[in-house]
Amino acid sequence: MNPCTCFFRLGKGRRGSIRFLSPPVFLSSDLQLLQWGSEGSLNHRDRNSAPQPLLNPRGGLLPCCLGAGRGLGAGRGLGAGREAVTSSRRRKNMAGASGLGTGPGAAGGDGDDSLYPIAVLIDELRNEDVQPPLENLATVEETVVRDKAVESLRQISQEHTPVALEAYFVPLVKRLASGDWFTSRTSACSLFSVCYPRASNAVKAEIRQQFRSLCSDDTPMVRRAAASKLGEFAKVLELDSVKSEIVPLFTNLASDEQDSVRLLAVEACVSIAQLLSQDDLETLVMPTLRQAVEDKSWRVRYMVADKFSELQKAMGPKITLNDLIPAFQNLLKDCEAEVRAAAAHKVKELGENLPIEDRETIIMNQILPYIKELVSDTNPHVKSALASVIMGLSTILGKENTIEHLLPLFLAQLKDECPEVRLNIISNLDCVNEVIGIRQLSQSLLPAIVELAEDAKWRVRLAIIEYMPLLAGQLGVEFFDEKLNSLCMAWLVDHVYAIREAATNNLMKLVQKFGTEWAQNTIVPKVLVMANDPNYLHRMTTLFCINALSEACGQEITTKQMLPIVLKMAGDQVANVRFNVAKSLQKIGPILDTNALQGEVKPVLQKLGQDEDMDVKYFAQEAISVVAQRLRKLDFPVKDSGEPSVPRADKNHFPRPRVPGEDTGKGPVYQLHGDTRDTLAQLEIAELVHFSQSRD
Amino acid sequence: GRVKEMNTYAWPTVFGGAGGESERTRADIISTVEFNYSGDLLATGDKGGRVVIFQREQENKSRPHSRGEYNVYSTFQSHEPEFDYLKSLEIEEKINKIRWLPQQNAAHFLLSTNDKTIKLWKISERDKRAEGYNLKDEDGRLRDPFRITALRVPILKPMDLMVEASPRRIFANAHTYHINSISVNSDHETYLSADDLRINLWHLEITDRSFNIVDIKPANMEELTEVITAAEFHPHQCNVFVYSSSKGTIRLCDMRSSALCDRHSKFFEEPEDPSSRSFFSEIISSISDVKFSHSGRYMMTRDYLSVKVWDLNMESRPVETHQVHEYLRSKLCSLYENDCIFDKFECCWNGSDSAIMTGSYNNFFRMFDRDTRRDVTLEASRESSKPRASLKPRKVCTGGKRKKDEISVDSLDFNKKILHTAWHPADNVIAVAATNNLYIFQDKIN
Repeated sequence: MNPCTCFFRLGKGRRGSIRFLSPPVFLSSDLQLLQWGSEGSLNHRDRNSAPQPLLNPRGGLLPCCLGAGRGLGAGRGLGAGREAVTSSRRRKNMAGASGLGTGPGAAGGDGDDSLYPIAVLIDELRNEDVQPPLENLATVEETVVRDKAVESLRQISQEHTPVALEAYFVPLVKRLASGDWFTSRTSACSLFSVCYPRASNAVKAEIRQQFRSLCSDDTPMVRRAAASKLGEFAKVLELDSVKSEIVPLFTNLASDEQDSVRLLAVEACVSIAQLLSQDDLETLVMPTLRQAVEDKSWRVRYMVADKFSELQKAMGPKITLNDLIPAFQNLLKDCEAEVRAAAAHKVKELGENLPIEDRETIIMNQILPYIKELVSDTNPHVKSALASVIMGLSTILGKENTIEHLLPLFLAQLKDECPEVRLNIISNLDCVNEVIGIRQLSQSLLPAIVELAEDAKWRVRLAIIEYMPLLAGQLGVEFFDEKLNSLCMAWLVDHVYAIREAATNNLMKLVQKFGTEWAQNTIVPKVLVMANDPNYLHRMTTLFCINALSEACGQEITTKQMLPIVLKMAGDQVANVRFNVAKSLQKIGPILDTNALQGEVKPVLQKLGQDEDMDVKYFAQEAISVVAQRLRKLDFPVKDSGEPSVPRADKNHFPRPRVPGEDTGKGPVYQLHGDTRDTLAQLEIAELVHFSQSRD
Repeated sequence: GRVKEMNTYAWPTVFGGAGGESERTRADIISTVEFNYSGDLLATGDKGGRVVIFQREQENKSRPHSRGEYNVYSTFQSHEPEFDYLKSLEIEEKINKIRWLPQQNAAHFLLSTNDKTIKLWKISERDKRAEGYNLKDEDGRLRDPFRITALRVPILKPMDLMVEASPRRIFANAHTYHINSISVNSDHETYLSADDLRINLWHLEITDRSFNIVDIKPANMEELTEVITAAEFHPHQCNVFVYSSSKGTIRLCDMRSSALCDRHSKFFEEPEDPSSRSFFSEIISSISDVKFSHSGRYMMTRDYLSVKVWDLNMESRPVETHQVHEYLRSKLCSLYENDCIFDKFECCWNGSDSAIMTGSYNNFFRMFDRDTRRDVTLEASRESSKPRASLKPRKVCTGGKRKKDEISVDSLDFNKKILHTAWHPADNVIAVAATNNLYIFQDKIN
């Protein structure tokens, strides 16, 4: 290729995405705002910028930077007093907004993501003369920016008086609605509903007219935006207009050539149905909804299935019985698995939303036959969708029906080839437990659990571990000890770390459930035996278990049974074990008493602190400082009025004075802060002082 | 107007290496050519991963002849060579396809793809620049926020028009095999990408998720008998797309009927003529390109020797078959030996669907008028044409006696192939990529 005369850029330059709450950055490379600002006199403002402090003492940015831009547009400056007042409010809101700001960074490169924080900022200004930039932002091509700008405009609209609304806001919406590019017209779709209620009748007619024309826009994007806002707009319209104008629009959109538009009409259907009487529903909405149920496109049918509960509520019991139940049957046997799965998900809600007196018969006669089919569906997603809700039917159908009709299904599902189905059944056992008691199931349950526990996929094993505490609660301690305890111990030596980790947490939850005595008799001995395992990973698992269990087991078991093992392992030949000993000692420190800390833990940690391995040394020193803190607190409870007894230690590190034995058992009182090294250095000094004091 | 005098294409513009053959490098070889929806912009991609965009000049009184001329508008590096460390594979930077998005604001957007990664680019103009930022100095370096003691409002300064291309989205890691096609849906929010065995559906705003809609990979790769060679969405019906295969068949799928489109709703196949069966039958019947007509009623497929037009309502055989270079049938053996038989020729429709164009060897390209059934062979080369003169039709002599102006089959240069051509969506302007040269011809101005 010939080199060209035109300018080009590789687009690879360094362009950090500009995030909020990072140091003040919002006047960045943003053409949109600047173009607007340039209508005023930028230079003028620049020359006259008052020598007032623009950064407030806390380093936060005063809003003058924006006030300046705004002042330009309006041809005036803002008083410093007001700025100072608004700044605190903004700081609060900035923090809130930053959580929302995750999207645009991912959205890509340059340019528009810097618009995002501005949209958020202007959001809080609530002043009509900020509309020009928002109007601009509502037309950019990045959807996240546009959406945020529209959200701000909607909030601003509420601050307008009716007069101001018609003078400033409605014209803006009209400009957007007749914009050249689809981006501005899509934004307009979301703004009609906020200005309609307070507009005069003449303006209302115009707004309706504009919404109508956007519903038949050339581009599918605008029609989609209109369809998605149709329900919201219908809610603010007068009932007559809903019938005469919204319903025809709804009918049109529901038969749009693009299925992406038609499926949005289903959503609108819910809102519209809430506004109309039963008779109107039958004549105005139902024909369209029936058409949607049989739409050629599975995505539209999927939407009906997905919104089924909402539709059911909006349509009322009569239409539900006559139309929706047969429609639901069709969805349950749809040829597309996605549709069947979506419908299967709604089985329980459907039952719950039926009138109480008819529930049982309707489900038994009209739904259950289809459910039975789905239990052996060819598609695993359908089966697992059903398995996730089917247990909920037992409360609706009562004990007898559950035992006679549902139980065989549950048992079949517990033997399903797809692990997700089995998991979903097991995870919802509590529903059945309430109705028929879990004993009915336990015989079939056990093989299913064992099989899942040994599944080749570790994610499946992980999932079943998560349900163990729940199962233990349902099945009781005896059943557990007899059948499941060995599984829980086997997971501790799984070859996947995530499983061993989950198994450790599982033990903790079990101890919380069954109590310390149970732990002492069944769990702790087995865990401690692993400390002598030839595999260092298993030895480490002992330490991890101790970390998790010590809190739940309390001081006595920890000191008498666990601590000796931990201390013994300090001489392990594998460095990983040794530094985990240090970590464990740090972890269980808060549970131990002074004697143990001083007499047993400290010497071992000091020895580890001299270890040849630098990691062991590091963690030992970290533990020493934490233990030292603890000791200091036990020996020298800080007086309310006085300074901390240790120089250079930050007072804030002591949440409140404590006395020995006051321990709530809620984990370490003190936690290392973000920058470990600095804190550590500080603590080491503190610790030296402390030990020298105690020697005295 | 329609292409009545197809041979009156004048010759205003050639882009490309001005030097001789020796200077031609691999990276400069054009690998795709595509007009945007208005035809005002023309994008080319090359084997070096670059995208060059040409813009049509507006009417200009001082230079009356410049109307319609295309000049370079923007050049940018779309893809870089990469290495897949997991599979120890080099990923070429070659641009396989470019597709424009319908224009949504003052900027233009296009998708470009190499074998693995699709990128969405924004091409926008800028004629003002801001100066006096608070947070960065004039060189663009960030200033220490604690050293900023006063705020200022940046000032807009006019500057020379600058065209920037910036990457907006990168759609990666969804294709195991090589991407051969991308196509934007008429719903303006999704597009498809096809590789040898699978077709994925993407949302233009979502880069971390795509839906697989077609998967023809057999459980056992030894049972593999065909691959996907091209795929395209219907221009108006958002739910319809087609894909062609190496066996010479085309499947039309309706996305309404099912989430997975492994089962087609139409299957287009022409019964094989047993008399012409040979060792090469299957290779030359492989479809290298499929394109819907603008009307959406027809589609066109290109195989090695011919281009076929299919009516979407008739699956049993094409409504038209045009021979592109039938004289090569006797030379298939040597074409197989030099691998030319695997060349993937593309094809295109004119704006009114009345004519079609596709490439051949020896820098020849062919045009077929569907109404008059006339066809013409033209040559894209610097030597044989003078600026603003009409292109002369060329003839390949197949018999023993060579007439004057004819060229013998044996003297065709198979290294000069025209694989990629594009036709302006409204006007009679065509773009022809001949290895590293881009020729833009247009209807003679009266």
